[in-house]
Amino acid sequence: MSATRAALPPRQREGGAGERPVDRGRRGSTLLRHLAVLLAVGLVLVAVSYAVEPFRNFQLATVAAYLCATAGLTVLTGLNGQLSLGHGALMATGAYTVALCQNAFLDRGLTGGWLLALSLVAAVLGTVAVGAVVGVAAARLRGPYLAGVTLAVAVVVPALAVTFDGVFNGEQGLSVPVEPPPLALGAYFPYERWQLWLSGAATLLALLLVANLIRSRYGRTFRAVRDDEVAARLAGIHVARTQVLAFVVSAATAGLGGGLLAMLAQSVSPGAFSLTLSLFLLMAVVIGGLGRLAGALWGAVLLVALPDLTHSVTELLTLSPAVAQRLEGNLPLAIFGVTLIVVMIAAPGGVQGLLSRLGRALLARWPARRS
Amino acid sequence: MDRFVFLTVDGLSRGAVYAAFALALVLIWRAARVVNFAQGAMAVAAAYVAYSVSAATGSYWLGFVVAIVAGLLLGALVDRVVMRHVDHASPLNPVIVALGLVLVFQAVLGMVYGNEFRPADVPFSRSALTVGGVAVLSPYDLFVFAAIGVVVSALAWMFARTGVGLRMRAAAFAPEVSRLLGVNVGGMLTLGWALASGVGALAAMLVIPTELGLHPHAMDLVFVSAFTAAVVGGLDSPPGAVVGGLVVGLLLSYVSGYAGSDLTPLAVLVLLLAVLLVRPGGLFAPVAARRV
Repeated sequence: MSATRAALPPRQREGGAGERPVDRGRRGSTLLRHLAVLLAVGLVLVAVSYAVEPFRNFQLATVAAYLCATAGLTVLTGLNGQLSLGHGALMATGAYTVALCQNAFLDRGLTGGWLLALSLVAAVLGTVAVGAVVGVAAARLRGPYLAGVTLAVAVVVPALAVTFDGVFNGEQGLSVPVEPPPLALGAYFPYERWQLWLSGAATLLALLLVANLIRSRYGRTFRAVRDDEVAARLAGIHVARTQVLAFVVSAATAGLGGGLLAMLAQSVSPGAFSLTLSLFLLMAVVIGGLGRLAGALWGAVLLVALPDLTHSVTELLTLSPAVAQRLEGNLPLAIFGVTLIVVMIAAPGGVQGLLSRLGRALLARWPARRS
Repeated sequence: MDRFVFLTVDGLSRGAVYAAFALALVLIWRAARVVNFAQGAMAVAAAYVAYSVSAATGSYWLGFVVAIVAGLLLGALVDRVVMRHVDHASPLNPVIVALGLVLVFQAVLGMVYGNEFRPADVPFSRSALTVGGVAVLSPYDLFVFAAIGVVVSALAWMFARTGVGLRMRAAAFAPEVSRLLGVNVGGMLTLGWALASGVGALAAMLVIPTELGLHPHAMDLVFVSAFTAAVVGGLDSPPGAVVGGLVVGLLLSYVSGYAGSDLTPLAVLVLLLAVLLVRPGGLFAPVAARRV
């Protein structure tokens, strides 16, 4: 037994495919390293929130909310190999939970900033419950079957808001009452900056947990199951349990992202969580680069920047209002779709894959030039 | 009892459309091992072409023929321009590319026609004929049954009795051997895509007038229902797809008739999950195997 184990090359025992072996002694504790990065990013974010105008703050806050969801989808699709077209629906679950909680608190006359945190925790827990149910089903399904079921979830869940309109108020949706920024920050503290702080803090916390998870034993089992289920099972990994765990983690972050979106928009409606959102999320992680958290970031940035960009372009052109409206709604979709197809065919690593290749090429040339 | 008869006929008529659409999915799955998630969007695109032609010429039938031709061409085009170049090593890749196609088609249709519902014409009346005091069939239902019956029989005859059908089956079953025997495997694949897309366009032409009308997203729920139908029958089985389509049509008709039409999407999801969890290979697949 021990002989066979020793015969395995060390990289294979680590479980990940194409993964660089981590030299723990040199690079220090993963947690400390991630905490340092987190702190640095947090400080930069605070600085940026003072430097840019309120609308940009709001956009950054939206990027953060999407980043939660795309990071979760990266874990699920990129690291565990399960395709989900239903993450828009999971975001809707989180968003509606926040809306219902905030309204319930308001009805009972409870006020205070910490209630929002409570609502977000409830959103995560609610989505975890839904994610666990879908995940148990998903663990038994493969490839197109899984895609079909999650597609059905994405189509059906927004429709439920209309079916049970007593609770969810149909197509109108619910409003989400959110407290103004605390007075300690000053009377003229811009609301958008406060939104960025909240959304950024929640997202950074979620990313820290996800990044550590990816580096941990669980992350390695995720990848092992993705690469070869039979080999993973032979190595003693409980495949179904791993898949459900990946789905639950991914659902939790999607729920948080949805909750943050609800907080930012201060309303939820089924129209905001259509099938298109689910497709957008998948698209974002694929274009950003599957399997890398940095790819999730690029994807989230794209989700916010592309509609904004097409809006500016359509404003530059002189079009009749009707044509402009058609273009504005649909042009980002078309660009997304075409980019996705091109990326899948020409550059499966996505934006982050291209960047790392570029970085490696530059690094390889660097010493040559110095000598 | 009257209501039950009415709902049954209505369900069979809807089910016939789902059957055709599921059959289109099965055709591509058998030929290329790809579930074409862009099927709905492609079919809607063909229906929009028919709408333009009908509006320009005033003839429903010209539009109808053009829709099916457009469907055939679109299928061939999608295979030749996009799907052929996708790396099929991971089953995720074709699915993701098909979803990209969904976005492109829906966006282009939205840009050209706008994201609003447009009324779609019917060639025959949709009001039911009464037999012995019971409202049973509308002429339109008869037209649906006839059109789909003809297409399904034609496909069955083609695959079972003609040389092209044999070559298509061979190309799907053993591509390398077929190529050695002189079968144009790539051409057969393209033909499979074209046929499937043509059948999908027919289904869209038949189902869109019975729902809210023409819209870039008109086939989203129909696609989910048809996928469910294909899964109920087992993705590999054409007769299974037809039976599955009828089962799903009947179920949805009863649910919307007795429990409320809001619940039909939920019923589809429950049926899909139940079938996949209890009998993942579908009702018509005797052997369940997974390639490891």
